Amino acid sequence: MADLYTITDLSLSLADMTRKPLFGAAPRLDILKGLTFTIPKGEVIGIVGGSGSGKSTLGRALVRLLEPASGKILFDGTDITHLSDAELRPLRRRFQMIFQDPLSSLNPRHRVGTIIAEPLRLHGFDAIPLRVLRALDHVGLPATFARRYPHELSGGQRQRVGIARAIALEPEFILADEIVSGLDVSSQAQVLNLLEGLVRDLGLTLAFISHDLSVVRRLCQRVMVLHHGVIVENRETAALFANPQAQVTKDLLDAIPLPDPDQVWL
Amino acid sequence: MSYLTIRNLCVGLKDGTPLLRNVSLEVAAGEVRGLVGESGAGKSMIGKAILGILPKAAKITSGQIVLDGTDLLALPPAQRRVKVGATCALIPQDPLTALNPSRRIGPQMTDRLVDILGWTRAAADTRALTLLQEVQITDPARVLRQYPHELSGGMRQRILIASAFAAEPKLIIADEPTTALDVTVQKQILKLIAGLQARHGTALLFITHDLGVVSKVCQSLSVLYSGKVVEDADVKTFFRTPKHPYSAALLAATPRYTDPSAGLHPVPEAVIAAVRAEEEHG
Repeated sequence: MADLYTITDLSLSLADMTRKPLFGAAPRLDILKGLTFTIPKGEVIGIVGGSGSGKSTLGRALVRLLEPASGKILFDGTDITHLSDAELRPLRRRFQMIFQDPLSSLNPRHRVGTIIAEPLRLHGFDAIPLRVLRALDHVGLPATFARRYPHELSGGQRQRVGIARAIALEPEFILADEIVSGLDVSSQAQVLNLLEGLVRDLGLTLAFISHDLSVVRRLCQRVMVLHHGVIVENRETAALFANPQAQVTKDLLDAIPLPDPDQVWL
Repeated sequence: MSYLTIRNLCVGLKDGTPLLRNVSLEVAAGEVRGLVGESGAGKSMIGKAILGILPKAAKITSGQIVLDGTDLLALPPAQRRVKVGATCALIPQDPLTALNPSRRIGPQMTDRLVDILGWTRAAADTRALTLLQEVQITDPARVLRQYPHELSGGMRQRILIASAFAAEPKLIIADEPTTALDVTVQKQILKLIAGLQARHGTALLFITHDLGVVSKVCQSLSVLYSGKVVEDADVKTFFRTPKHPYSAALLAATPRYTDPSAGLHPVPEAVIAAVRAEEEHG
């Protein structure tokens, strides 16, 4: 299988505003420290790590919301590492993102239909109303939901709208950043089952960022564990869970409370 | 003998929409009871009703909240505040918004002890220092002089836990105390709460949506659905044989990393329909 993403020695630093002197530039804080990996087409990869491990920063670099300091990001053969906003625009349709908090990532003044139609319009699609309805149908929401506002929806439904907005553009890659961590277990199960089906039916490549290894195990074929901006493990899901190598992975697994009163945990 | 007894508590909005329907539950002295349910089930509403901090739009319409033998709802508001203030404490969900960003940690922890419970400033300061040591904060003297934004989420939650235990309450209501934290920090915080609870013998009402957490820190639990308690059980029995179909469905929706085929089954429509039908008859 061809690789959709090829990442070589990716480093990224951000300005540390807490240590910025009154005059002069803020010192740089290295977030990602030389990551090398590939994402094959059609794969569901889990990116896990504790808070501050750099998993969201990595995600944002993949969809070029952040510009790397050094290294290389190849998307389907195109070097997108340092492309300008204008050069990126035609490519953006092909890599989409679903956000963690569906309420703050949906415009409260727009109806669901408008929210899904907006990016379609920007990318010059035709037959937009039809595409909006099809996207809603894909995520299991009735067509009448196009007339609703985000505040009229439940958390799970809002997250479905976020997914519909992403898939309406027929992207090749979707980045899902902690998209179920704010949901109840039942809606979480619904959203994940939906995502699993969409990936299969639409042939998507998915990067799923999460701190919850239970969810990752269900959804992902491969898991990459980050710690302080370094990849500590990048293996097939089954192998990783059967025999975690890195201490960080073991700690993350140990920290999950299983719904079982007999597990010795605290 | 139960320390807190809630009998047939009903809370509703002014327009009559019910939020809690005939909720009954007990927390024994020194017991940890989990209060589980999905968002909107009314978990936090129960905690707020006990503490007397319900939002203005909500009102208790009937029922009893008996704390240590006294029916809180029969007391005049001022006396109720004194009673609750002296015996109960809250560990809130969001450690960022619960602390005043413009004040140092020290006074935020000690003001209540001095102004309301009449401690001397020196005694309160010593108490704050001891408690911060107890929640394993290194260099507590320095932390007392810091502002909330200088501390991490886990540190802030430790401070709120320490504050909750400050006046040796008999009952602590922990409202999703670890939801905002990542898993490794969550474990440390739960360890802390469980340790403090055991050492101080405090009764704990632990509000959460995470059944995994309940199975670790609680002895008993109440499952809430749409403002109603659908199951009340001890933890061992519940996880082996959940009695109510909704509880069983909730358990089936919880993922487990040890078994990729288990979990992530949404609560079936049929179960929800059955619970609703039950409501109409009961």
